[in-house]
Amino acid sequence: MVAVTNIGRAEARPPLSVRSRLRRSVGPDIDGYGFILPSAIIMVSLVVYPFGLAVWYSLSDAFIGQPASFIGLDNFIYILTVDDIFPKVLRNTLLFAVISVACKVFFGLICALLLQRITTFKRFFRGAMLIPFVAPTALTTLGWWLILDPTYSHINWILKHVWPFSEMGLGPYQFLADPTLALSSVIFVNFWRGLPFFVITILAGLVSIPDHLYEAAEIDGASTWDKFWKITLPLLRPVLAVVILFSTIFTLADFNIVFVLTRGGPMNETHLFATYSYTYGILNHDIGLGAAVSLFLFPILAFTVIFLLRLIRRDTAYEL
Amino acid sequence: MAAIELRDLWKRYDRVEAVQGINLDIRHNEFIALVGPSGCGKTTTLRMIAGLEDITAGEIRVGDRVVNEVPPKDRDIAMVFQNYALYPHMTVYDNMAFGLKLRKTSKAEIDRRVRDAADILNIGELLDRRPKQLSGGQRQRVAMGRAIVRNPQVFLFDEPLSNLDAKLRVQMRTEIKKIHRRVRTTVVYVTHDQIEAMTLADRIVVMNFGLIEQVGTPDEMYNAPKTRFVASFIGSPSMNFLPCRVVSGGNGSLALRLTDKLSLAVPPERAARYRSHLDREMVFGIRPEHISDRRPNAGSGFEEFEAGMEVVEPMGIDTMVFFSIDGIEICARARPRAVGPVGEAMPFTVDMNEMHLIDPANDRVV
Repeated sequence: MVAVTNIGRAEARPPLSVRSRLRRSVGPDIDGYGFILPSAIIMVSLVVYPFGLAVWYSLSDAFIGQPASFIGLDNFIYILTVDDIFPKVLRNTLLFAVISVACKVFFGLICALLLQRITTFKRFFRGAMLIPFVAPTALTTLGWWLILDPTYSHINWILKHVWPFSEMGLGPYQFLADPTLALSSVIFVNFWRGLPFFVITILAGLVSIPDHLYEAAEIDGASTWDKFWKITLPLLRPVLAVVILFSTIFTLADFNIVFVLTRGGPMNETHLFATYSYTYGILNHDIGLGAAVSLFLFPILAFTVIFLLRLIRRDTAYEL
Repeated sequence: MAAIELRDLWKRYDRVEAVQGINLDIRHNEFIALVGPSGCGKTTTLRMIAGLEDITAGEIRVGDRVVNEVPPKDRDIAMVFQNYALYPHMTVYDNMAFGLKLRKTSKAEIDRRVRDAADILNIGELLDRRPKQLSGGQRQRVAMGRAIVRNPQVFLFDEPLSNLDAKLRVQMRTEIKKIHRRVRTTVVYVTHDQIEAMTLADRIVVMNFGLIEQVGTPDEMYNAPKTRFVASFIGSPSMNFLPCRVVSGGNGSLALRLTDKLSLAVPPERAARYRSHLDREMVFGIRPEHISDRRPNAGSGFEEFEAGMEVVEPMGIDTMVFFSIDGIEICARARPRAVGPVGEAMPFTVDMNEMHLIDPANDRVV
């Protein structure tokens, strides 16, 4: 009989290298941390540092060309209590994002379902669909500016000269000058620009749903409507949640379209967080207030992201 | 009553004639297997019965109505797909209940039927799971459960076992047979595996190039194939075919001359059947199991010859021995103990009572 003991092990152990010691304290994932270090450095310098700087500015009286000093929450208090434009900005931003994203989901689904069924000129239509998305926003928005211009508006011209609109006596409309129309116009242009992203992503989701599920449903007695509600939509949910997440983030932070079309006017009716923050920080040189305005976006975005991520994670990893 | 009739059924895709005017009568509660190599039109035929594929020409009747224009949901059929086609976002219970819910069956009735089917299939504990949490065999059962709860007139199976591993396939095969005994209904079962067809079906339909080669019981398919294709398709390893010449053996008897040195006597009771082919080039067909190691005094109709073994495949119960006659490889089935080392000559006995004679002009069995 040989007794099995581990008495000798402690003496036999060789001295530990730095890496082994690190491994002991950090755990076996030490190599993993090493691999993400480069990206972590980029993240910190490009995201965390500017964010920290913005937080610092928002808590200071920073003004272009002057030294900044800490003033606590004064900027936020000013915005919430004194600034009477800010509630309008908040309302605009929420309306802008909610209406635009809702329209993109609805029409994105319809377009994707139609595109999936198109067989002739399939590539042409799918390619054409992407134009609003791939063309530079500043450029296409200039085009819209012309279309919506009070004097040169194509829409007004059509309403006046083309039958049957000419009989109806509509217009001319001041698309960018009338307060209600102006907000609707910028929402529409944002919707137009963002739609292709939804169509293409939803189309990819649709294509990944195998045909045999529809065949099985057909044999089970499902109508076209049943198939859409009980097969297509539930299986698209992960894809929808991801596009809604991305689009909400981009739409809430949108700047270009409003900046080119209305610059926030008329009477601040189209100001969003981004354009309003720009007005404060760059045009009025009050960096502290500008930073504070843009930071109001943070809790809204955080809430949206958390909500949508939970929706995605809820048992949506299907195996098709 | 749910008999199925196919009349001059055609399916034409752009350039391919997938099914070329087939006729078939499937009886009430019969288990029919459609079998054939890939691309023979068996799955297309099944999908036309299901209503998933338009019919180019011809007629399908289920029961006493023509269903050509009837959508799948109104045909009162259930189908089990090759890849199961379970709804990934629904639990097993919901997968099985889906068809019933769409048909507005009462909740209590749905529950009763789902649990009954789950009992039959032994999947009672899986009802709350999602398809991805199931093994292949379990998914297969759920797919069958989904069909059973609907209590349809006709069950359609599209290669249901081909995604399972070999062991599970054999197990599920037995299971399907048991279930058919319990849930008596008309079944159309598509497979490319002739063993599945043989073991399961009441009658087998062998298809090739969009046409039906033969319809018959498994026994008929094995013992009395009508064409060379059926003869070679049914049975494993498949039948040996050798060119031969029908010659006179004296005293009114016939013999097959395979080579200058090898002739085999035709059993006297078959002489009349083959006489019209005297002195013609024919094809001699014999299954491996009818060529064995030497059996002395085997009786009438048994012929003997000797050949050099080229390859030996021990299978346990039997050993497959390969040799060649005039460059054509022949497989024989011998008792393991009778097989000597490879390369040596071995005496064989061939049971000519089981022979087939094929006319090469039309590939039909005489």
